[in-house]
Amino acid sequence: MRIVVDFDLCESNAVCMQIAPDIFEVRDDDFLYILNETPGEADRSRVEECVQRCPKQAISIAGD
Amino acid sequence: MTSTPRAVTIVGASLAGLNAAEALRRDGFEGPVTLIGAEDHPPYDRPPLSKQVLAGDWEPERAALTDVEELEDDDIEARFGLRATGLDLDARELALHTGETVSFDGLVIATGARCRTMPGTDGLSGVHVLRSLDDCLALRADLEAAPQRVVVVGAGFIGAEVAATARGRGLEVTVVEALPTPLGRVLGDEMGSVCAEVHRDHGVDLRTGVGVDRIEGDHRVERVVLSDGATVDADVVVVGIGVIPNTEWLEGSGVQLDDGVVCDASCLVAERVTAAGDVARWPNQLFGETMRVEHWDNAAAQGAHAARRLLDEGTGPFAPVPWFWSDQYDRKIQLAGRVRPDDDVRVVNGSVDERRFAAIYGRAGRITGVLGFNRPRHVMRYRALIEQGASFAEALAADF
Repeated sequence: MRIVVDFDLCESNAVCMQIAPDIFEVRDDDFLYILNETPGEADRSRVEECVQRCPKQAISIAGD
Repeated sequence: MTSTPRAVTIVGASLAGLNAAEALRRDGFEGPVTLIGAEDHPPYDRPPLSKQVLAGDWEPERAALTDVEELEDDDIEARFGLRATGLDLDARELALHTGETVSFDGLVIATGARCRTMPGTDGLSGVHVLRSLDDCLALRADLEAAPQRVVVVGAGFIGAEVAATARGRGLEVTVVEALPTPLGRVLGDEMGSVCAEVHRDHGVDLRTGVGVDRIEGDHRVERVVLSDGATVDADVVVVGIGVIPNTEWLEGSGVQLDDGVVCDASCLVAERVTAAGDVARWPNQLFGETMRVEHWDNAAAQGAHAARRLLDEGTGPFAPVPWFWSDQYDRKIQLAGRVRPDDDVRVVNGSVDERRFAAIYGRAGRITGVLGFNRPRHVMRYRALIEQGASFAEALAADF
């Protein structure tokens, strides 16, 4: 599983960071950083929740 | 007692309704799902309507949440342009404005809310509210016609975003707010004042503590007369004075109404009937308080919850920490929690003067909320503390 963020859509609301702070981090420069682009299958349900809850639908999962 | 419905009908095809439909399919529900919406458009996202679409940066298609093909792929029957006018719980039938009657088994009520309007402005062109895509495009056309001045009535979040977008287009903007401090009843006076200063820094003529007496014009709006007798010339007026939940169609149906559709803690309204989104009032057990929440995040999450509740009686209470964001100028304002204006407010990170800060709210020894100006990371971390029921002292001591 590879995480893809469309940074043109991302508005740094940090919803993903609340769900998976070990994978996503919005820093004080207001930008989102992906801390782990290729998390393991154990993280899939949390990443899927990030995909669903993102207010801008900016996150997707590649490499299924 | 109650069994899983054979079919689910969702009334209301905006964010809550769409999330309900999608959650049913995600959770493996195989029966028929019907999504009925009053507007002619497939579900679209409302936040961009006061920002990117209104600014002209986005064409309206970009705000779409889905399209007819995607709905077909999910085997969701979508019926748009149909307004529900009545509900018969015994016969399990809906009445539509066309006179048609629709049978249902499971039902999600997600009819949302509509804008309050100013009396006496019917038929006066140039006077707008902003809720729907059609509202947005009508307002956008007026803003593109290079008006001399835009008057925004109400300095709530919608009014503030419209003012910011209009300033971004280089237009002269006056905002009229009845309260002495914008958002004072939400954020308290100290933080409301920060919001006021943001507008003034961006050249908005902000008038506070004064109401609107009337809006005048001959066919087209010409001026706004304030309660102190002052007049403001205006080519375009945007009224942002709150919303009213769409519950009239449920009067006499047996569904309990009280500024919204009254639900239990799990979003259940009646047997195999749930409600979600701006129209739903429910006891949020995390706060020990009954609430109706008009935020994007709530509509999405509650829509999914209301759908799951239909499928599984064991679905627990819906008890989120309400959260929203508002983008104004170059600031991202976020509020999470359930704050009151007289809560204790402490700035815990950043600088109010630079308008990059996080402040937390506390009451009765507990953290009740967090406000961020360009501090999404802090908002989400304090939001987690609110969810855990942390004490105010613990939150103050946290180092994020």
